[in-house]
Amino acid sequence: MAVLKALERISDTVWELPASYKEGMRVPARIYGTAKLIQEMDMAVYDQITNVATLPGITKYALCMPDGHFGYGFPIGGVAAMDVEQGVISPGGIGFDINCGMRLVTTNLTYDEVKSHLKTLVDKLYERVPAGVGSTGFIRISKKEFREVVEKGAQWCLKNGCGWEEDLELTEESGRMEGADSSKISEKAIDRGYNQIGTLGSGNHYLEIQVARKENILDEDLAKAFGITIPDQVVVMYHCGSRGFGHQVATDYLQVFLKVMESKYGIKILDRELASAPFDSPEGKDYFAAMKCAINMSFVNRQVILHRIREVFSDVFGRSAEDLGMHMVYDVAHNTAKFERHLVNSQMKDLLVHRKGATRAFGPGMQDLPERYKRIGQPIIIGGSMETGSYLLVGTSGGDQTFFSTAHGSGRTMSRTKARKIWRGQKLQREMEERGIYVRTASWPGLAEEAGGAYKNIDDVVLATELAGISKRVVRLIPIGNVKG
Amino acid sequence: MPYEFLEDIATADIAFSAWGKDLEETFIAASDATMNVMVENLDSIQPLERREIQLQNEALDMLLFDLLQELIYYKDSEKLMLRIHQIQIKKEEHQYVLKAVALGEKLDPNRHPTRADVKAVTLHRFQLVKTDRGWETQIILDI
Repeated sequence: MAVLKALERISDTVWELPASYKEGMRVPARIYGTAKLIQEMDMAVYDQITNVATLPGITKYALCMPDGHFGYGFPIGGVAAMDVEQGVISPGGIGFDINCGMRLVTTNLTYDEVKSHLKTLVDKLYERVPAGVGSTGFIRISKKEFREVVEKGAQWCLKNGCGWEEDLELTEESGRMEGADSSKISEKAIDRGYNQIGTLGSGNHYLEIQVARKENILDEDLAKAFGITIPDQVVVMYHCGSRGFGHQVATDYLQVFLKVMESKYGIKILDRELASAPFDSPEGKDYFAAMKCAINMSFVNRQVILHRIREVFSDVFGRSAEDLGMHMVYDVAHNTAKFERHLVNSQMKDLLVHRKGATRAFGPGMQDLPERYKRIGQPIIIGGSMETGSYLLVGTSGGDQTFFSTAHGSGRTMSRTKARKIWRGQKLQREMEERGIYVRTASWPGLAEEAGGAYKNIDDVVLATELAGISKRVVRLIPIGNVKG
Repeated sequence: MPYEFLEDIATADIAFSAWGKDLEETFIAASDATMNVMVENLDSIQPLERREIQLQNEALDMLLFDLLQELIYYKDSEKLMLRIHQIQIKKEEHQYVLKAVALGEKLDPNRHPTRADVKAVTLHRFQLVKTDRGWETQIILDI
């Protein structure tokens, strides 16, 4: 492939396409991954990330993480830091599922204590955390109240008895993005989201019970600092976003930007999905304020789901969630644009960092980290396929090369349409059960599309991030129970 | 079935192409393809509720984008799974005007086995082109 010949090897895990590769590129594109991952990477990634490199205000590099794969506009795994004065904001650099993210929760239970209750736990979680197409949540609020919720974020949940004070501290932005303005939200977005609080969604969204086996603890001290302290400890990880609300916010502004982008601001793009507006423009500011509402909705969604998870464990074990040690490790967002300060050519610069399918990975000592993690760095939660495993990692000082960003998952290698021809949902469920993973799903074909074989090897992906110095592995987590959307 | 899901485009999302002898048929085919991503068997959707859809756009392809977004909107806001039964597309001065009647019913997972939720219609490689036989579109849906 011509593009692979054009790639320049910067190190064993960093590969560059120079700005001369494509007309209009303002900066080089850098793709992270081992030689194997680079060889196997979806060719569309190279096309998409070099399109990103043409966006006004992009600083240093257009980056793609080792889990990169075919996206729309940006590739999944794409990171772009825009100069806040000269640069743009692009919904395609964030994704329709604004603030899709991961949350990890500990228990003080061991695998042996959980295994005889596993089916009951998964069945109850399946019942109480609605999943799949068209699912609605148990929280009944008016559309007017929903506008308040998306401005207040997870703080609203605490006031309504759905969380602990410490949960907020352990959520990015303390569960509330300042500056969320619901007057920038369409009625359609409200209609699509106001009854979906506490729902998982579908596709690759899931809720999983996992085990931290002794042999999979890669850094004992850091694992302890993150609350993984006993052998074969059981944890709960889940992945979901801002649901129909966020999807509509992104759709609305994509159309607004398409109308003004070229005629008003003279911005030319190579793909309509990269529709953008200057960050410092009325349209850009409106989207930023609306996007923050969607970020908050997602924090609320994950907080309410946490409340349900605690209730289920408490019911099944007849002990309070506090007594079961059900503390959050952290909540990370992997579809966002955030205003951050980073060192660029020895100068601190204000940047709008777009991360689409990429996780913020702040290193030790960085501001905005909760007090308890300031010394060690940010916990990073990377979900793998439902068959293989997931990882807890930590941010490192080497993250400065990627604006402190790392991978978000294992990354797909096969289309859903192809996967459903190879695997069958019911058969896969039986096979997984034989291997000790009990799955409930809202959709059999949906389950087949999520088969482990449709994904890259998660071990390769996280190792690449460690070798590149952008994050460090702490614990590998093995799935034992899964609720699939 | 005047549409097919594509294996080699998009990995985490779902791409399809849809076609028809005229714009109306093509728009109906693309609507069914979108709904078929969510509901496995479209024949299981009974025409119990009716929604009238009226849209206008200067660009013909964006008119199709708007129509598919309407279907996604009803799926979330009212849990309605709709199919387009009548449709008319006209050029009026500087814009295209679409009038359609959509029929369907509320999603019942017991009767409507589902596949994956469609979050949005993406504009990545979005195409609506005239061919020798009529019209054809290629679309990637965000899953």
